[in-house]
Amino acid sequence: MTTSAASAQQAAVRERPSTGLWRDAWGRLLKNRLAILGLFLVITLIFLGVFGPLLAPYPYSQQDLKAVLAGGHGPLPPGSPGHILGTDQLGRDLLSRLLDGARISVSVAFVVQVVIILIGVPIGALAGWFGGRTDNFLMRFTDIIYAFPDLLFIILLSVAFRETVFGQALDGLLLVFVAIGITSWVTVARLVRGQMLALKETEFVEAARAIGVSDRKIVTRHLLPNGMGPIIVAITLGIPAAILAEATLAYIGIGVQPPRASWGSLIAEGQKFIRSEPHLVTFPAIAIALALIGFTFLGDGLRDALDPKLKGKQ
Amino acid sequence: MSGADDTMTEPDAPSIIEVSPDDARRVQTPTEPRAESGHKADKLLTVRNLSTHFFTPDGVVQAVDDVSFELGYGETLGLVGESGCGKSVTALSIARLVPNPPGRIVAGEVIFDGIDVLKMNDDEMRHLRGKEIGFIFQDPLTSLNPTLTIGYQIAESIRQHMGLSSAAAKDRVAELLGKVGIPRAKDRLNDYPHQFSGGMRQRVMIAIALACDPKLILADEPTTALDVTIQAQILELIERLSDEFHTAVLMITHDLGIAAGMCDRVNVMYAGRIVETATVDELFERPRMPYAWGLLDSLPRLDDVRGDRLRTIEGLPPLLIQPPDACRFEPRCRFARDICREDEPELTQRGDSHYARCWATQPDGWIP
Repeated sequence: MTTSAASAQQAAVRERPSTGLWRDAWGRLLKNRLAILGLFLVITLIFLGVFGPLLAPYPYSQQDLKAVLAGGHGPLPPGSPGHILGTDQLGRDLLSRLLDGARISVSVAFVVQVVIILIGVPIGALAGWFGGRTDNFLMRFTDIIYAFPDLLFIILLSVAFRETVFGQALDGLLLVFVAIGITSWVTVARLVRGQMLALKETEFVEAARAIGVSDRKIVTRHLLPNGMGPIIVAITLGIPAAILAEATLAYIGIGVQPPRASWGSLIAEGQKFIRSEPHLVTFPAIAIALALIGFTFLGDGLRDALDPKLKGKQ
Repeated sequence: MSGADDTMTEPDAPSIIEVSPDDARRVQTPTEPRAESGHKADKLLTVRNLSTHFFTPDGVVQAVDDVSFELGYGETLGLVGESGCGKSVTALSIARLVPNPPGRIVAGEVIFDGIDVLKMNDDEMRHLRGKEIGFIFQDPLTSLNPTLTIGYQIAESIRQHMGLSSAAAKDRVAELLGKVGIPRAKDRLNDYPHQFSGGMRQRVMIAIALACDPKLILADEPTTALDVTIQAQILELIERLSDEFHTAVLMITHDLGIAAGMCDRVNVMYAGRIVETATVDELFERPRMPYAWGLLDSLPRLDDVRGDRLRTIEGLPPLLIQPPDACRFEPRCRFARDICREDEPELTQRGDSHYARCWATQPDGWIP
């Protein structure tokens, strides 16, 4: 009787539920207004990327020739009947094309990061864990990739593979994703290596070794989760870089094949009319800017949330 | 043949081959005394001429140099000495956890339960660590992984070594947490280390060390990071559980009070060597090495005059790079004579199982 009463009392005293690192971080993230704005923009972008083409008033390649001919053979301005954001010179609805572009940007954002994780994390983990010669070899290889001009490499890759199945897959996008991915894993690899080097000297790793945990489990269960914060931040901040890289490539005509258009190629097409119809450049540019701002704010917020020690030091 | 079939189908007859995880657990339950016949050797642990060196840019640091000792089943052995005398490296060498590079065990034998640990391959070694040898580290604040729950970290070695189902492992973890004195153990399995105090975390470390019912626990200054009252509780806990589990303990400490309270025997280490070994009573009553006197003399005493300075051993332990062929304590020794500077004394007998490494206290020495 007394013991059960005592334990009930104890249970009542204990209010704070068991909180892990992630829940704590989530709480801190929610308190950061810019991060919330970023999160909102990112979620909107993802939503539009996934469902956008369903919401779009027209298919991205459908031409409204009648309207174009009636409007004097040029792009329709924003606010035209049936075309909120206007059309391009071929009568294709700009909103529909932007929404299709959102899908491309979202897939760039995530597929490139998957490629980066698949290459960067194992290389960094192996280098950091084994050290010595392995480390030297992998890090010099990383340096070589780092020193190589990214854009040139991607252009060469696209040209070399343009005619193959791989180059044609997903309207030419797969090639771009992989090309951007294999030039940008370097940062993550270095970061993971640094985390490994710092964490493998910690006592809990020694303790794990002392109870006979295998190397692989130490790396995956003990080291990576502890080093996850900076890696997540680097990946989130890598997303705007990837979106920008894709837009840049599209602007110079590499990547997605017409009639599909990414935001970069929309700008490239639109700039011919920049004096008479600036909306063809402005709207895709705004879209790119919002996406970049969203991911950057979210990344900054995540950095503060995952590393409380950094707080207030900037 | 039919008889064999019968036993196979008979539900009550336990088959040797089919051991359910529950049965396996029952066999391993620590409260049952280990069968005396299970001993594979006279001594649980025999360390012979162990030398562990660290290869640094400045030279070879002989952290542990020609150390030999034995530890019986269920016995508690103290390893005392100042910082940097090779106590921890000795313990790490036994479990082969010396960081390599720069460290390497360059010579010697470590016979654990009849098997030479230094000849084991990596898989056998992993099986030994955690299963047969438990480790309690100095600082419980940093020895637990902050991103994993307490329950997971205790269960880790159970899953690794006992092959229990996760439900059975969970029961065992709760039982262990209860044994080390954590109230409402079941509710706390999903807590993270930061929700535990220092003393509680050291209790968790003890639970991890005992999780698989090991034969030996290497306790590397288990109470140094804790305050005095918690220290006493933790020591009492280690003592009680090692009795209950019939586990031998190698207790590393620089606190002679702890050694006096817990150990059966004590090895005094200085500069990588054992300089004196005796039973606790012998060592405290008749220490035969000036270093041991110094250590004992450094203990604060109740009858000390208030305001007096605490007594210390002047100087620092020597650098262990190319130590000279001389008594290593000689530079700090008040009784040193020429012979101490010219030749290093051997570990020689001073009494029944009492050995010391000192010219002065040898039968023909100048200290009676």
